Amino acid sequence: MSISLDEVRHVAKLARLELDETEILSLQGELNALLGHFADIQGIDVSGVAPTSHAVSLQNVWSEDAVGPCLPREKALKNSAMSKAGLFVVPQIIED
Amino acid sequence: MITQLSAAELAKKIASKEISCAEALDAHLDRIEKLDEQYGCFLAVDRERAYEDAKSAQAIVDRGEAGPLTGVPLAVKDNISTDGIETTCASKILKGYIPPFDATVVTKSKAAGMVILGKTNLDEFAMGTSTENSAYKITRNPWDTTRAPGGSSGGSAACVSAELAPLALGSDTGGSIRQPASLCGIVGFKPTYGRCSRYGLVAFGSSLDQIGPLTRTVEDAALLAEVTSGHDPMDSTSIEMAPISSANLKNGSLKGLKAALPKELFADAINSGVRAQIESAIEVLKNEGVEFTEVSIPSIEYGVTTYYIIAPAEASSNLARFDGIRYGPRSEGKGHINVVERTRAEGFGHEVKARIMIGTYALSAGYYDAFYLRAQQVRALMKQEFDKVYAEYDFILSPTSPVTAFKLGELVDDPLALKLLDFCTIPANMGGMPGISLNCGLAEGLPVGLQLLGAPLQDEKLLQIAYGVEQSLPNATQRPQIP
Repeated sequence: MSISLDEVRHVAKLARLELDETEILSLQGELNALLGHFADIQGIDVSGVAPTSHAVSLQNVWSEDAVGPCLPREKALKNSAMSKAGLFVVPQIIED
Repeated sequence: MITQLSAAELAKKIASKEISCAEALDAHLDRIEKLDEQYGCFLAVDRERAYEDAKSAQAIVDRGEAGPLTGVPLAVKDNISTDGIETTCASKILKGYIPPFDATVVTKSKAAGMVILGKTNLDEFAMGTSTENSAYKITRNPWDTTRAPGGSSGGSAACVSAELAPLALGSDTGGSIRQPASLCGIVGFKPTYGRCSRYGLVAFGSSLDQIGPLTRTVEDAALLAEVTSGHDPMDSTSIEMAPISSANLKNGSLKGLKAALPKELFADAINSGVRAQIESAIEVLKNEGVEFTEVSIPSIEYGVTTYYIIAPAEASSNLARFDGIRYGPRSEGKGHINVVERTRAEGFGHEVKARIMIGTYALSAGYYDAFYLRAQQVRALMKQEFDKVYAEYDFILSPTSPVTAFKLGELVDDPLALKLLDFCTIPANMGGMPGISLNCGLAEGLPVGLQLLGAPLQDEKLLQIAYGVEQSLPNATQRPQIP
């Protein structure tokens, strides 16, 4: 199991990371080293085993559908690099 | 000296008005000022706010309502949100971020009259085992300043070990509380997943992350766990149970307890100095009446691999929120996607990028079943095997880390070797069970951590056992030579 340079570029695109060629090369090496280990678990018999993500399984955790206090707008915007008129300013999403 | 007191002792002197809350704070702030340049534990110290907290704490004392930790200064790992105090996760992508709210554990600590001393250094987003992945500074081990404190809660562990804080909060995703506690010669406790609210903890691996205490005694760990745990509606994975009680901490006995020694946690990778200390601790505990049996938990062998699929997969999804739009610096670029790509490229350090990449790959089309789903199945197998052991034994004992504190820079270029060091601590996160590390002696002058694991939800029982172990081991609370 190994990952090609093109795959590294594709994954970087999916992960929204602009990587330079040096980083792409170094990440390819690191990912391949880890992937070598990933092969270890491919042979284990897990047939009929339900996947788990929690030590104590919780089901149907509901909360009241009630209006509670929320963050004031100016506090929510305070950490943004760009905000205007009570809104976050975002870069252009749909190009001309 | 005030800073040498345990949190429990300090709180007693505060409650009896022998020491004021301001004096307790002064002593620790002075020591931070004098020594933290050398150790590099803190990323932020907000003196003004701390004195305000101390004032509120003193009011509680003056009303005669002091609790077991009222007035005690608390250091908080910098991936835990603190209202009004910069919280960076040791990442450039959150430089300047001032949370508008407190994490639930911080709210609870303040309500108990604790004083927030400052924010401690960590591996960026808690990804690492040496604290060397911090974007801001190097933290040094108080036992030997040329060595790493472990990680990722390295700042929290080092500041408690160096007596810059009586106790601290950390987070543990694959061992990030227990391993630095081991390397710094203190106590580190990871509660059962779900007993401490994760609300306000910047998420790394959501199904693995758990907040917990780093302290110099087991009693302090139990007291801080009691203050910070309990059900929280703000965290849907939080368990509906009362807080972890410390009421019966000292009422247990080691006599007749059955302990399992999984041979996979005593693998060849355990360094001989570490092994010798653990074996002599086992001898001491045998004399106290603990019965030890070697067992086998074969799936432990797959723990590291499984962890390095699950944790990065969850991290790649959790870290998608850092795009420079709502918080953190924003890079220049052309259009939305390019701005986000550049912000993330410039804001994240190398290890974080590597884990986002591996996680994105493991979750991408065609690989999900082979990696993430399979890893969660192996995790279920692992849990089944542990449950069987807990049906017969009271606790599991092992080394916390296969090595003592390593030199700064020694492993920084070998990320895989660093990852393989986590094999003793990872199972507790996989199975959600509670785990605690305490010091059991020195190997070549460096502390060796003993790890105790208990069945899920048996946090009180595990702490009671740990207290008994601490009382039995002659070297459990020895301190480094510090100024």
